[in-house]
Amino acid sequence: MRLARPAAGLLCALMLAVPAAAGAEAARVSLPVIERQVMCVTCKIPLNVAESPQADREREYIRSLIAEGKDEAQIKDALVTQYTSAVLGLPQTHGFDLAAYLVPVAVVIGLLALLIFLLPSWRRRSAAGAGDEAGALSPEDAARLESDLALFD
Amino acid sequence: MSLAGACLLALLIYGISTQAASRTLDEQVAKGAQPPAPHATQSLPILGTPGSGSLAQLRGKVVVLNFWASWCEPCQVEAPLLENAQRQLARHGGTVLGVTYKDVTGDSERFVREYHLSYTNLRDAGGTFAAAYGTDQLPETFIIDRQGRIVAISRGEIAKPFLDRAVALAATT
Repeated sequence: MRLARPAAGLLCALMLAVPAAAGAEAARVSLPVIERQVMCVTCKIPLNVAESPQADREREYIRSLIAEGKDEAQIKDALVTQYTSAVLGLPQTHGFDLAAYLVPVAVVIGLLALLIFLLPSWRRRSAAGAGDEAGALSPEDAARLESDLALFD
Repeated sequence: MSLAGACLLALLIYGISTQAASRTLDEQVAKGAQPPAPHATQSLPILGTPGSGSLAQLRGKVVVLNFWASWCEPCQVEAPLLENAQRQLARHGGTVLGVTYKDVTGDSERFVREYHLSYTNLRDAGGTFAAAYGTDQLPETFIIDRQGRIVAISRGEIAKPFLDRAVALAATT
């Protein structure tokens, strides 16, 4: 009897948790979620902001796939089969689209190289600047500074 | 720094120029040239059947090559005209060849049934065939002679005189 209570509690918790998880899974695969991730293939803008007959057909197709119980990956695969990979809005890994991946890497490398090249000269300049400032104090200024500092003693 | 900026600008201009649909065929046809139909040997799945077909298989026939999609309203308007042209072309050794563009297969098949299209329709799944013709808006139609050369191009909804031209070509060559 003592064991029965915790077991019943655990069972209840499981019964509540399973539908909640299933509900969360179902909520994740919805038209707005997919719309945000794919393109209107003729307008070449994200589907969630596209207004065209083709965009409407694409939405209907996504709805039908959701109704069939397909998950996010399966829906994307089906869209690629029908509309080519252009529907995903990702640059391709060949041809001119390759620049979308290479240019940011080249820019970062270029900036790092520039930093490595310029950093030592900046350091030298700031060190020299600090020395100049100390040496640039005239005897009158130095005397005034001394007298001012003496006020605080 | 300015060199890097110039390089990025050049890359941007190149990108825009390569992404835009090619109008090379239009320019050639406008000059009176008859360029060979591109990607003629590319094999594409036939809509509604398990087989595949290509434009090259129709060499020797006058072909009205029509790019369409079920969601395209002008395509719905011109579908009966194309079916009528198919009947006339068939009498003179010609044919209409449809190619679907960015369309869901089920929708395309429904369209063929709805408009009672009797001619072959291919499915350009990869989009490379349409790209070779500079197709980016629908409908677009090309008249191809018996030697596989493009003799006329219509980008937009076709009118009957355009199709009559294809029928006349089939009847006289």
